[in-house]
Amino acid sequence: MSRIGVFTCWCGENIARTVDVDEVATQVAGLPGVRCSLNYKYMCSDPGQAMVREKIASEKLDGIVVASCSPHMHLKTFRRAAQTAGLNPYLVEMANIREQCSWVHHDKPSATAKAIDIIRLSVAKVRNDVPLRPIQVPVTRRALVIGGGVAGIQAALDIADAGHEVVMVEREPSIGGKMAGLSETFPTLDCSQCILTPRMVEVGQHPRIKLYSYSEVEAVDGFVGNFKIKIRQKARYVDISKCTGCGDCWNVCPLKKNPSEFDYGMGMRPAIYIPFPQAVPARPVIDKKVCAKLIRNGCGLCEKKCKAGAINFKDEDRVVEESVGCIVVATGYKLYSIAKEQPKASLSGYGEYGYGKYKDVIDSLQFERLISASGPTGGVFKRPSDGAVPKNVVFISCVGSRDNAKGLPYCSKICCMYTAKHTMLYKHKVHDGQAHVFYMDIRAGGKGYDEFVRRAIEQDGAKYYRGRVSKITQEDGKLMVRGADTLAGVPVTIEADLVVLASAMRPADGVEELAQKLNIGYDEHGFLMESHPKLRPVETNTGGVFIAGACQAPKDIPEAVAQASAAASKVQVMLAADELTREPEIAAINEQMCAACYTCLNTCPYHAIERAEVRTGRGVFIKRTARVNPGLCMGCGTCVSVCPSKSADLQGFSEQQIYAMVESLA
Amino acid sequence: MNIGYYPGCALHGSSNDYEQSLRACLGMLDVELQEVKDWICCGATAAHSFNHKLSLALPARNLALAERDGHKQLFAPCPLCSMQLLKTQKAIAGNGLRQELSQIVEADLRGDSQVLNLIQVFQNIGLDRLKAVVKTPLKETVAACYYGCLLTRPPDVVHFDDFEQPTSMESVVAATGAKTVAWNYKTECCGAGMTMANEDTVLDLAHKILSNAAAHGANCLVVACPMCHVNLDMKQEAVNRRYGKNLALVVYYLSDLVGLALGISAEQLGINRHFVTKA
Amino acid sequence: MEQDLEDNVLPLRAPDSFLPAGLAQTHFQDCYQCGKCTAGCPVAARMDLTPNQLIRLLQLDDSGTALRSSAIWECVSCQTCSARCPKSVDCAGVMDMLRESSLSLGEAATSQHAVIAFQKAFLDNIRRNGRLAELELIGLYKADVAWNTGRIGVLFKDAALAPQLNKRKKLHLLPGKAKDRGVVDRIFARCSEPEKK
Repeated sequence: MSRIGVFTCWCGENIARTVDVDEVATQVAGLPGVRCSLNYKYMCSDPGQAMVREKIASEKLDGIVVASCSPHMHLKTFRRAAQTAGLNPYLVEMANIREQCSWVHHDKPSATAKAIDIIRLSVAKVRNDVPLRPIQVPVTRRALVIGGGVAGIQAALDIADAGHEVVMVEREPSIGGKMAGLSETFPTLDCSQCILTPRMVEVGQHPRIKLYSYSEVEAVDGFVGNFKIKIRQKARYVDISKCTGCGDCWNVCPLKKNPSEFDYGMGMRPAIYIPFPQAVPARPVIDKKVCAKLIRNGCGLCEKKCKAGAINFKDEDRVVEESVGCIVVATGYKLYSIAKEQPKASLSGYGEYGYGKYKDVIDSLQFERLISASGPTGGVFKRPSDGAVPKNVVFISCVGSRDNAKGLPYCSKICCMYTAKHTMLYKHKVHDGQAHVFYMDIRAGGKGYDEFVRRAIEQDGAKYYRGRVSKITQEDGKLMVRGADTLAGVPVTIEADLVVLASAMRPADGVEELAQKLNIGYDEHGFLMESHPKLRPVETNTGGVFIAGACQAPKDIPEAVAQASAAASKVQVMLAADELTREPEIAAINEQMCAACYTCLNTCPYHAIERAEVRTGRGVFIKRTARVNPGLCMGCGTCVSVCPSKSADLQGFSEQQIYAMVESLA
Repeated sequence: MNIGYYPGCALHGSSNDYEQSLRACLGMLDVELQEVKDWICCGATAAHSFNHKLSLALPARNLALAERDGHKQLFAPCPLCSMQLLKTQKAIAGNGLRQELSQIVEADLRGDSQVLNLIQVFQNIGLDRLKAVVKTPLKETVAACYYGCLLTRPPDVVHFDDFEQPTSMESVVAATGAKTVAWNYKTECCGAGMTMANEDTVLDLAHKILSNAAAHGANCLVVACPMCHVNLDMKQEAVNRRYGKNLALVVYYLSDLVGLALGISAEQLGINRHFVTKA
Repeated sequence: MEQDLEDNVLPLRAPDSFLPAGLAQTHFQDCYQCGKCTAGCPVAARMDLTPNQLIRLLQLDDSGTALRSSAIWECVSCQTCSARCPKSVDCAGVMDMLRESSLSLGEAATSQHAVIAFQKAFLDNIRRNGRLAELELIGLYKADVAWNTGRIGVLFKDAALAPQLNKRKKLHLLPGKAKDRGVVDRIFARCSEPEKK
């Protein structure tokens, strides 16, 4: 015997204009199982909800249907109302007569008939609803942060300061990311390392942050609240527990001329090296590709010199396991390569700019190192080919970005701002130098950003030409840059001493493999996918995994920091208690009927099904079965559709309910 | 090796030194050029500037004639011709234009011949084979390889070499033992058919090309296009006069250099018929 | 074709109808005015309107100004613009179509008479002969220019080249003509029929 209440909403004019709500209420009152039926202007309002609660009590309803908007809007509202009135919240159904009826039709009689049919379906469904309980999942109250750039650092500090342990994995020998290599940051022209290194030190010394540097995430198992992470610590060949960071080893290393990764090739480093003086941890690493001892058992000077006995040529990669409840991905970015060889077939280099051919055509990160006070040229701005001080520098915007034919169609967001910054830094170092910028648009939307760009032009004398550059050639040591100014309608040729290409931001290498390990999505460019671009920018569609920083989309430092704190707050919500609550509308398997064919296990996109055994109370084996992990299942229904024995079913959306709904229309 | 041969108007006109060079050089490499019977002008610049349909129809007729003559490969030594032929092949791929053009040109058109430029002919012969038959390596020659516009552009039509930094001509020249220079005007336009009607443009562009080649240490240029040859060779004296220069760069056809390396005389190749004959 | 020309806009009709149907295939509407075409054009400095400006005029429905420019006749069809365009706009194709329409609408810039006369003489020549007869082309071209622009000097320009060419056996008094010339004439006729709209 059912006692169902149907509440039809007008939604003001949204439904009532096209659907005759009085007729609907009258007609559905006659449906089997319906105890009471009424309509109201705004069911989601306080009086509306009060009406629902009142009727549940007075009519002793055992199920309700709210015929109004999409469940995305107010399902939670009405579930809460039902629960307050003492009715199990999973005995609530919503019939969508707005998005799926009144908003897409014009003819009132047909729309009304359709609305009645939709409610008929919901009534049939709710008659077959069973009470459900939310699922409690135990939580490991620790977090993993992948990536030690400014976003990763911010997230780790926020989570650790909130009292939870953080495991941070960074694949470079030191944390700091790209920001550690920048010279000054816009719009304040703060020294980048000066503002970052205190944070880096805090991470390195924080009692609740466990830092795995020179390490990578190897495998991820488990589910929200219960992840098991395998981390590969790459062999440094230096025992960091013994090493004091004194520097004797890298000073004595005879192989001094290896292109420095930190300087993007603008400077050199020895085979045993520390990437930069303020590295955290401040411990060196040996480059096994060039070290004479590791390749052919020669040299070994560093080992002899080390007073702490920290050099260990027998070092090997080590794999360790950590358990965490949540993961924050902050893997950052790299720049679009200007050279001809590209990682993807859809990209091609810029042959017309002298790709890798001319030493004095560099990209923006290389410029940052050259202009940096602690850079490879010791704070004197010199060009790579002959060390001369450039008097005319051309900056080209939109290299690789906003280019459908050869590159990436998107805007790289930060280049307009850092190019303006570059012109100012250059002018501050070379007072009689002239900066030329070829641009398409100026994107300077942040706080103080537009004023910053105008300052570069009006105070520091940067010359801006509106047009792209067609070709760069080299004549007598000068780079001939052939561009255009579309505002004046003329071609413009500049004789430059140095050319800086503002190359597009792209996701870091290996992010796609990592995303697959984490079971999170990424777009065609490799940027990690947020759950909703407007309302859920730091969550992913996989429970417990959050994203922050440039791995999600090109952005500047303030945005990366804000996103990192946002992700940290989401983590704190999840780690706030020992258990997590999940919605119970997930799959369940009738273990008596299950034939253990494991088709469901092989089809489940969330790896939520396990092999299990049914045993007697005394542990005697009866049969094998498939079993749904309630912590992982997302209720997609794939297992239900593939199960040959109909053992799998969805709670809250069972096959019986679907048949009942279909039959109700017959 | 037998290939279909579409000389085009220039090679039977004032650029017949190019044909002489081709026949002498390729003849020695056992390449038989079978001229397409009763070919017509491809339309050159005039057709595509005035009448889009005509610019497809004229090359279409020549493609159809070559197919009728049974040529799977069609060598067009003038890049303007070869580009128009390739453009027409691309335009008819996968649509009804092929039937329409067949009717217009009164010949059945399939559009499946392989159109080759001179560099591709040498590549088909094989650079290793070329090296093996070289008799007199051109040790004194320092050449600037000039591709002009239409050997490599439009890239989605001609699909040949890298249109920003091409190297195919340099590879052929290297096989002759000559040296090549890195220079900056490999694919910059010479002014093409504007020689008569807009001489200012041609002299300006030719001046830039020749000067840059000389500035980068070349003692000659190599081309594979009759129009480029005219603008750089016949007009070199006019360039010198207008810009007060003393440029004296021999402009070789690619087949000239290969022919010389094979031991063929300059007279046989027609090099003595150029305007600039001595460096 | 008679028309009243106000300002620089051809009279009230959808602008593209003045231009060949193929113009849409150039994707000129995708152009975002980056200027890379102008930057790479070898003759941009000589043009009254640069390539990106011509495309912009089309986007603004001001085809009249574009059709009347001398720029489209300075263009040497080197294809650099189309090859480098980041939006894959066929800029060289736009120039072709502007030239074609400019002539059919009688809007061609008079300052560019010589260039136009040359191409016209070229086409007439191959229509008659199937292949190019150079001397005939040069003769008729020079006569046209001298007659229509009053520049008599053109008749004698480069006259000294004639003996030079002859010495090098590059001058052909009786060039080889195509045997089946009739088909060429018929091809021309078929391609000159007005577009069935």
